[in-house]
Amino acid sequence: MMKHPPLRLICLALLGLGASFWLAGCGRNPGGGAPKAAIQNIGSDTMVNLAQAWAEAYAPVDTAVSVEVSGGGSGIGVAALINGTCDVANCSRKLEPEEVEKCNARHGHDPKEYLVGYDALALYVHPSNPLNEISLEEISEIFREGGKVDKWSQMGVTLPGGGDEIIRVSRQNNSGTYHYFREMVVGKKSDMKLGSRDMNGSKDVVELVSRTPSAIGYSGFGYATKGVKILKVSQKRGEPAVQPSIPTTWDSTYPIARPMFLYTPGQPPAHVQKYIDWILTDAGQQIVEESGYVPLPKK
Amino acid sequence: MSLPPESTAPDADGQPPAGPARPARPQRSRVETVSEQAIEWLIRLCGVSAILFVFAIFFFVFREGAPILAKLDVFKFLFTPSWYPTSLGNPRYGVGALILGTLSVTALAMVIAVPFGLGAAIFVSEFCGKRTKETLKIVIELLAAIPSVVWGFIGLTVMNVVIQRVFNVQVGLNVLNAAILLALMSVPIMVSIGEDSLKAVPDSYREAAVALGATRWQLVWRVLVPAARNGLLAAVLLGVGRAVGETMAVLMATGHSVNIPHSIFDSVRTLTATIAAELGETAAGSDHYRVLFLIGILLFSITFVINLAADLVVKGVRKQ
Repeated sequence: MMKHPPLRLICLALLGLGASFWLAGCGRNPGGGAPKAAIQNIGSDTMVNLAQAWAEAYAPVDTAVSVEVSGGGSGIGVAALINGTCDVANCSRKLEPEEVEKCNARHGHDPKEYLVGYDALALYVHPSNPLNEISLEEISEIFREGGKVDKWSQMGVTLPGGGDEIIRVSRQNNSGTYHYFREMVVGKKSDMKLGSRDMNGSKDVVELVSRTPSAIGYSGFGYATKGVKILKVSQKRGEPAVQPSIPTTWDSTYPIARPMFLYTPGQPPAHVQKYIDWILTDAGQQIVEESGYVPLPKK
Repeated sequence: MSLPPESTAPDADGQPPAGPARPARPQRSRVETVSEQAIEWLIRLCGVSAILFVFAIFFFVFREGAPILAKLDVFKFLFTPSWYPTSLGNPRYGVGALILGTLSVTALAMVIAVPFGLGAAIFVSEFCGKRTKETLKIVIELLAAIPSVVWGFIGLTVMNVVIQRVFNVQVGLNVLNAAILLALMSVPIMVSIGEDSLKAVPDSYREAAVALGATRWQLVWRVLVPAARNGLLAAVLLGVGRAVGETMAVLMATGHSVNIPHSIFDSVRTLTATIAAELGETAAGSDHYRVLFLIGILLFSITFVINLAADLVVKGVRKQ
């Protein structure tokens, strides 16, 4: 009778394991202290990482509140604002007048707008590239479907390492940065040229450009490293080109930058107001800068 | 110990006893009988669950992807290279370039991996001493244990620069880069299955060949490889399956560029990498979302056909 005890042991062990999981599962649900007030935060994909970073940093500031962030796009945020299904809508553009009206009709007052920072995209090239400035038209010719510029020689540039083909470094086609770049540079109606190297993150774009002498790519200008060169951008060829920086974003002379807003349906309740006030403090604005965006001017 | 009477226990439980009733049986306690049955059911459930899971996955993927089939021109979907799923004015869902990307990377990976994989299998099985054999097998298994994201990272940081320098090309993230990684990832499978099938060739074959005066090379090339043909083919097919389905490493190493490759130094994008990069941020239920699931169905069919072929080939081995 040597084989039976192990079998029994196994049974008991399995039962014990099952029971402990079950108990652990039961124990968790009722625990956890007082119920938290949730802030529903929906909207812009560009801002979703930033909003997430705010939410995480805010958790220890006010333990009674949990901020629930989801993306989907500015449009989805505005829809939620109008329908009253969110507390705060993230929007990387100003509300259209019709949207304000709809909101007014639904809630009886205009939505409240908070400017929380700016998003500025920089054009990156390899440091060995002699090019220093570029116009929006030229960027469009490089990146637009049907655009005519494929070679550096067409831009009047000779790369020191040889290699004439322009290696375009872009983002995956559902990122907020991709959408904004497409809208600003290529136009809403057009599409981007296929065959770009589509990276999955803002940092990856800069990383690949720093390793590729014939590359050009776009990313938030907060992601700049020593391995890349930022191009000055002008509206049109011949006009003065502007270096992307915090001041040129603030006075909107840099052409590829946009404000980022939070909207609430009317005067927000105290816990939401406290959250937004915190975002506008130095601590909140610090996170804006760390996430690769441009913070607000200091008062 | 009391081994002899106990050793008959397994088949006595599974089937009715063959002979006349044995007097020693009824000593078992009730708990033991019940628990043994419970364990038996548990094991049976584990066995069946694999089938359940496969069907559940297939059902789910098909349910999410199928509705778009009504709206989509399947010919355009499969054979045009325009992949503009998020275009505002004119969304186009052509995966032709992606299919070519997957095929080119897989084909080149096999060109690299098959000689190495089968060569290693032959060496491990026929040529090396016992100690080398054990060491080699452990090291090759170690190769299989490296996570694919680590391979991808190597591709992105090390191979990228190496390919740029060695071949003097603009970008090192290309078909060649991904193919080398995939080859390294599928070699372990080929070696272990290839070695098994060579081992399965009866020793009488070897003895006969040696008795006829064959050299070692002749023995391998003229006798063992033809005899183990099906097993070796299965090894290659499973390697192909691994390469087609691999995602993370190719996402990082191919350059992820919708492009019809003209040389091994062109960047491409694969079917798997497209799903991985885009599904996370796609609104559930949108056309883009459904098309990504349709790509999933496409991949499912490709790997299913490959695995089925490998399976049939292995069955062929058993019949011999």
